[in-house]
Amino acid sequence: MTEHQGTPLVEAEGLRKVYQPSGFTAVDGIDFALAPGEAFGFLGPNGAGKSSTMRMISCVSPLSGGSLRVLGLDAATRGAEIRARIGVVPQEDTLDEELTVRENLLIYGRYFGLPRAVVRERADRLLEFARLTDKAGEQVSALSGGMKRRLTIARGLVNEPEILLLDEPTTGLDPQARHLLWERLYQLKSEGVSLILTTHYMDEAEQLCDRLVVMDGGRIVAGGTPRELIEAHAGREVLEIRVPPGEQAVTAEKLQGLADRLEPLPDRLLLYTEDGETALAGVHVRGIVPITALVRRAGLEDVFLTLTGRTLVD
Amino acid sequence: MPALLLLERNLLIYRHTWYLLLAEVLEPMLYQLTIGVGIGQLVGHVPGLDGSGPGGGSTGGIGYSAYVAPALLATAAMNGAMNETTFNMFAKLKLQRVYDSILATPMTVHDVAVGEVCWALLRGVLVTAGFLAVVGAFGLVQSAWILLVIPGAAVVGFAFASVGLAVVTFLRGWADFQFIQLAMLPMFLFATTFYPLGVYPRPVQIAVECLPLYQSIQLIRLPALGEPGPALLVPVVYLLLMGALGLRIALPRMQRMLLH
Repeated sequence: MTEHQGTPLVEAEGLRKVYQPSGFTAVDGIDFALAPGEAFGFLGPNGAGKSSTMRMISCVSPLSGGSLRVLGLDAATRGAEIRARIGVVPQEDTLDEELTVRENLLIYGRYFGLPRAVVRERADRLLEFARLTDKAGEQVSALSGGMKRRLTIARGLVNEPEILLLDEPTTGLDPQARHLLWERLYQLKSEGVSLILTTHYMDEAEQLCDRLVVMDGGRIVAGGTPRELIEAHAGREVLEIRVPPGEQAVTAEKLQGLADRLEPLPDRLLLYTEDGETALAGVHVRGIVPITALVRRAGLEDVFLTLTGRTLVD
Repeated sequence: MPALLLLERNLLIYRHTWYLLLAEVLEPMLYQLTIGVGIGQLVGHVPGLDGSGPGGGSTGGIGYSAYVAPALLATAAMNGAMNETTFNMFAKLKLQRVYDSILATPMTVHDVAVGEVCWALLRGVLVTAGFLAVVGAFGLVQSAWILLVIPGAAVVGFAFASVGLAVVTFLRGWADFQFIQLAMLPMFLFATTFYPLGVYPRPVQIAVECLPLYQSIQLIRLPALGEPGPALLVPVVYLLLMGALGLRIALPRMQRMLLH
């Protein structure tokens, strides 16, 4: 893979996606570059343009503007070559429901032009990896949600891709299934597969991503490592205090200047600060007795809500 | 040829569900029994291939069953192919989203379209071959030329599979399949399936001659009744052009549907 050293794995400039005939702009001129071996995340609320971006990277959706290079190749003209070298795990499982678990892997490998013997050997290995060996002969419809997801990931690996694209890989799964999936993704990452994923789960982004960008309304609104983003947009700690209903506004007034930023919510007040305990002492000094008070470290969720707002998008 | 990988997929599925093809052979068998044999008892013989021509009756007439059988063979090839690219493909396009995952590999929309058409025409050929065996068992084979039915069915299958592919890109929901029935059933009844062209007045004859099923029946019936010849070129060219046109309409529409 020395040929890719230094050159970005994926590089977008002014990337745009406009859907016709509605004219809806899903991706509105974004720039990003991914280094080899990196786990890169697109974060954002529903409708932010994450999936559209992913579909363009996987060369199944034509660009409406800008440029996109994947593995050094132009996505607009060399789609088939790019698709041969990447793996895709779409948001909705698109497994072949008419085939068994093992057949899904076999035929998918064949679509990449791999010889039958190679595909058979890989299918067995991937079933093991996805912990589905016992289910090899079952129809896909008999699998649970978590199993289907693992099979979809296994399928995306059948061509031994250099990049694996995962669109909301754990949405809709129970905690056990999510953790098993994360563990498998770590394993892939340690084997040198670059990961690109979208998510709106902050814990997932913090667990998996080396670097991420936050998207909103088709644009990138911030980017960096999880730590950088938290420091730049949320600060170190958050003090959450609960006050009796109706006293929200008055309390907020009294607390002005106590923290770097203060955000009133319907049921709580959030104070973003470098030192939560000192801020809490300040709250008491100003004569406010909260019902409950909690000091916690700032997380990506705070970044996310700060940048993309609290209004429901859908 | 990557398109053939789609054939491989479908064969993998039909390893589990091969009996569905038997069910499709059953339909022409029922027509053969009820109309071919049943009504054949009343009709006796029909006057050769085209009773309207000046040489009408010169072939000495054929048993009604043997007259109907080639038409049912052509219809089987048509239905086998077109059901595949309409019904089955609609489900794959809209419900199972099979192609979304296929197109994430180096396969292209062109590969998918060509692959599905190949599979559909193969299915048409298989159903026709199955029914041909039945026809043989009934003792209705008039000539060894009947073996031309197999390549003939491939041509018929290609034409209707491609048109089916174009049609499926226009369907909005299952209700729209009524429109296909609305075209297919009258065509089946009028395209000289059960009686010769000669029974119609000339203007109706011209209209019937334009029907793709009429051309398909000609392609199968002429050799089946032992009269192959240059006349077969007309249906062959007609059906190949029809198939090419179907693909030409279908491809850009599928491209837009699948790669949005």
